[in-house]
Amino acid sequence: MKDYDKLIFEISKPGRKAYKLPPLDVVDTPLDSLIPDEFLSDKELDLPEVSEVDVIRHYTNLSNKNYGVDTGFYPLGSCTMKYNPKINEAVARYDKFANVHPLQTEDCIQGSLQVMYELEKSLCEIAGMDRMTLQPAAGAHGEITGIMIIKAYHEKRGDHKRNKIIVPDSAHGTNPATAAMAGYSIIEIKSTEDGLVDLEALRAVVGEDTAGLMLTNPNTVGIFDKGIKEIAQIVHDAGGLLYYDGANMNAIMGYARPGDMGFDVVHFNLHKTFSTPHGGGGPGAGPVGVKKDLVEFLPVPMIEKKDDRYFLDYNYPNSIGKVKDFYGHFSILLRAYTYILTMGRDGLKKASEMAVLNANYIKEKLKDYYYLPIDTLVKHEVVFGGLKDTLSEVTTLDIAKRLLDHGYHPPTIYFPLIINQALMVEPTESESKETLDGFIETMIAISKEAESNPEVLKTAPHDTIVRRPDETKAARNPIVKYEG
Amino acid sequence: MYPYIPNTPLDEQEMLKEIGLESIDQLFNDIPGDVLLKRELNIPESKSELEVTTYLKSLADKNCSLSELTSFLGAGAYDHYIPSVVDAIISRSEFYTSYTPYQPEISQGTLQYIFEFQTLICKLTGMDIANASLYDGGTAITEAALMACASSRKDEIIISTGVNPQARRILKTYAHAQHLKVVEVDTKDGVTDQEALEKLVSDNTAAVIVQNPNFFGIIEDLKSIGEIAHKGKKTSFIASVNPIALGLLKRPGELGVDVVVGEGQPLGISLSFGGPYLGFMATKKDYMRKLPGRIVGETTDLDGKRSFVLTLSAREQHIRREKATSNICSNQGINSLAATVYMVTLGKEGLREVATQCVKKAHYAFNELTKSGKYKPLFNKPFFNEFALVSDKDVDELNKELRKENIMGGYNLGNEYPQYKNAVLYAVTEKRTKVEIDKLASVLEGIK
Amino acid sequence: MKVVKGLYYSKDHEWVKVEGEEALIGITDYAQEHLGDIVYVELPEIDDELEKEEAFSAVESVKAAADVFMPVSGKIIEVNEALEDDPALLNTDPYENWIAKVQLSNKDELEELMSSEEYEKFLAEEV
Repeated sequence: MKDYDKLIFEISKPGRKAYKLPPLDVVDTPLDSLIPDEFLSDKELDLPEVSEVDVIRHYTNLSNKNYGVDTGFYPLGSCTMKYNPKINEAVARYDKFANVHPLQTEDCIQGSLQVMYELEKSLCEIAGMDRMTLQPAAGAHGEITGIMIIKAYHEKRGDHKRNKIIVPDSAHGTNPATAAMAGYSIIEIKSTEDGLVDLEALRAVVGEDTAGLMLTNPNTVGIFDKGIKEIAQIVHDAGGLLYYDGANMNAIMGYARPGDMGFDVVHFNLHKTFSTPHGGGGPGAGPVGVKKDLVEFLPVPMIEKKDDRYFLDYNYPNSIGKVKDFYGHFSILLRAYTYILTMGRDGLKKASEMAVLNANYIKEKLKDYYYLPIDTLVKHEVVFGGLKDTLSEVTTLDIAKRLLDHGYHPPTIYFPLIINQALMVEPTESESKETLDGFIETMIAISKEAESNPEVLKTAPHDTIVRRPDETKAARNPIVKYEG
Repeated sequence: MYPYIPNTPLDEQEMLKEIGLESIDQLFNDIPGDVLLKRELNIPESKSELEVTTYLKSLADKNCSLSELTSFLGAGAYDHYIPSVVDAIISRSEFYTSYTPYQPEISQGTLQYIFEFQTLICKLTGMDIANASLYDGGTAITEAALMACASSRKDEIIISTGVNPQARRILKTYAHAQHLKVVEVDTKDGVTDQEALEKLVSDNTAAVIVQNPNFFGIIEDLKSIGEIAHKGKKTSFIASVNPIALGLLKRPGELGVDVVVGEGQPLGISLSFGGPYLGFMATKKDYMRKLPGRIVGETTDLDGKRSFVLTLSAREQHIRREKATSNICSNQGINSLAATVYMVTLGKEGLREVATQCVKKAHYAFNELTKSGKYKPLFNKPFFNEFALVSDKDVDELNKELRKENIMGGYNLGNEYPQYKNAVLYAVTEKRTKVEIDKLASVLEGIK
Repeated sequence: MKVVKGLYYSKDHEWVKVEGEEALIGITDYAQEHLGDIVYVELPEIDDELEKEEAFSAVESVKAAADVFMPVSGKIIEVNEALEDDPALLNTDPYENWIAKVQLSNKDELEELMSSEEYEKFLAEEV
């Protein structure tokens, strides 16, 4: 069904139905005697009319046009596309987890509260932090929550001149966007040639106006910043706080903890490190952990335990407030906790070990064929700068598109911005040596093709259902809904 | 060995050799000694699937599920019927194990359902353009307010106290960080006080925000409120709506609303103790390049074939960095698929039928519950599927009594509105039966 | 890279064409080439009074976005609406297709800008 190309609206036929409700069993009062006419729509709903079979076939066909971790190797750098265990999905669908209203009385939600309480404890231990809020919906949401906590800390001390957040130029775009959204101006500092924080550049910009520094470690080039203690010292001495972007936590579980590195605030991406599904873009979860001094600013409610009873605690007078409806993405939190229970302290450490081993293996095997700007031990991912022959007319985009022909999801491309033609490979621990060898072989074949037959790369992909959709056309004359 | 980690000890040795290392520990040589964790993490050791499910089942058993209780609880999350097709589709791992569709050639499935989702939201709201979704209804209100402030370069937001209290709290959290001013306009007789609003709206007003049906379940007069809002120069009128109610009510697009947001949970998403849900946002063409979040557009590929791509990305953080319209870089992916499947499954007739049953059953319940006079209506205004009743009884006590009869009572309005002490907000969906409603009425009647 | 004689240039790659007390402002060939296929031009509002170096417009391509800054202070008196329908005009001829026409509020500021020769030299160093 590769050729199936219909929109659901195009298979609609008047009179078809995919649902049946029980007949109305209460008195059938005319609507307009219940709701004034002026509020009622006088138009029919313009929604499709299809049968249940239509719905299932249509979306099954669409699913066949997708590629997931369950389909094959997905080395999308910085996204940690690890396997999503099926037990997580099963647990999230337990009736007594899935069919629970968030406002049920406390005696009816003890199980959910206990899951959250225990997850918070586990995540705090992994992060080296004192308390954690599970509310944030995603990494970026965690970031803004964390930065608002930093802001509240300075405000409470009456330290109002701190209006700047420092961000390295290698940072994920959400970092500066977050700081701006929290009302800060941004100072971007250059990285050293090794992709690390330039300590001199940092010293030059910190001062009385420094609210904090946002950092990823290992950083976006996949390298552990050895200077982290000194970085922390510089920022703390200036009166600022350190924010840890946990995007790359999969590299160091059980080996290093942001709390021990000197970070004051941390967010984790449960959809990366803790195996919850990426869901085609979400929902994820981005819990935020803090050190003791910042606990009072965490968003409400927090989950507490007293005499074997779990309860929601709103009594945080200095809290930044609420950042999310209800208590966060519970069923995602539940999946992450299932993963932590399954893996245990030994399995989590093993996951980091194999993620790092796999990344270094790829680096070693491909560095003769692809340009490796920084040749050093990496953590969970490796960033190449396009082909070894940097003068080749074949771009990183061409390489990515050619990989599609071979059945792989390409790595992240053109990020981080500090590496020209960046090709960012993050294999994760879920992949076997055989899978990696297959990918390596393909990458080598592509690098050879770039010399022998560059045209085949420039016109790739050749075997996909669509080929290089025109993004310029889409942005110039946006068609963002079906008008037929 | 671990089920999710395929490398064998032999693989490890071979790979280490290729890298030129002797042990796994050496892979972590770059972590300085004063940072390296020198003990094991203090969490339990790994467990088998059987052990984990047994344990989690025991925790689940400490909850009560709405499949064993009859629920009249709403207040922002609703117990609607979810057709089986929804879970069948969102359980397909080609969907849920994929990520943001960065590579359109192998993501047409995701891209197309988002395009369909955007279309459905536009049809439902009567707006020109919708994004690929936001975290939830509460944060969607905040994103809409921030968009209004950024595009008008003004800093005052007026929000009705008829808007869900938790959404107002989220707005205040964000507004504080950006030094924006949030002014609350009160309700009068259960609806936004239009006279008070008229006094508040000025040329400094970036946005006026109301909810419809509002938190008390009452239908607001969007048209009149919009006219007042638009007395401000470049003031955006933002309405947070219940999508099920749009099966019956006039579309916000016909009523002068500039930005429609809402909580999409009623569209086929399980309650799951509060999340994940689905925020949606739809607006007029003028805001197209100011919208937060992902947007999918239609285009053609090299062979001229219709295809879909992420578009208008120059708004977003990966390009604009600190000048982005928002820091959001995800959408609610699989939940927007659930809502899409729900909307097309119910379709033209179904959504209207669900909405109609909600209205009729809620009004039946209202009549039954108020019949004896023991419980009085708090307001006397047209409502959709929620209504507030007041009595001389403490709400928590009432709910305790109901629990004994396996009924989950309504929401205690006094929690957030101290002026409405002893008032309960009851929600009635199409799932409730006459028998269940009659039972609620008789148990309530019997409480001394 | 095309540089037109007789215009003033800024380091941010805007050009200024003076016509009495008024001036046209646009982006240079270098700027458009750097951005790639331009998909959208955000135009300022008429009567906006802007200081030198304030952002008055934004130009977007698929992979990039750039603010356009006022090379000189002035009041916007006209905008090039043709760019709304066809932003690609900035790619085809960036010097013919100005973005805004301004009433200059301080002609002395022109002295701080580069001549075409100076801008050519600046580009040579930049690249």
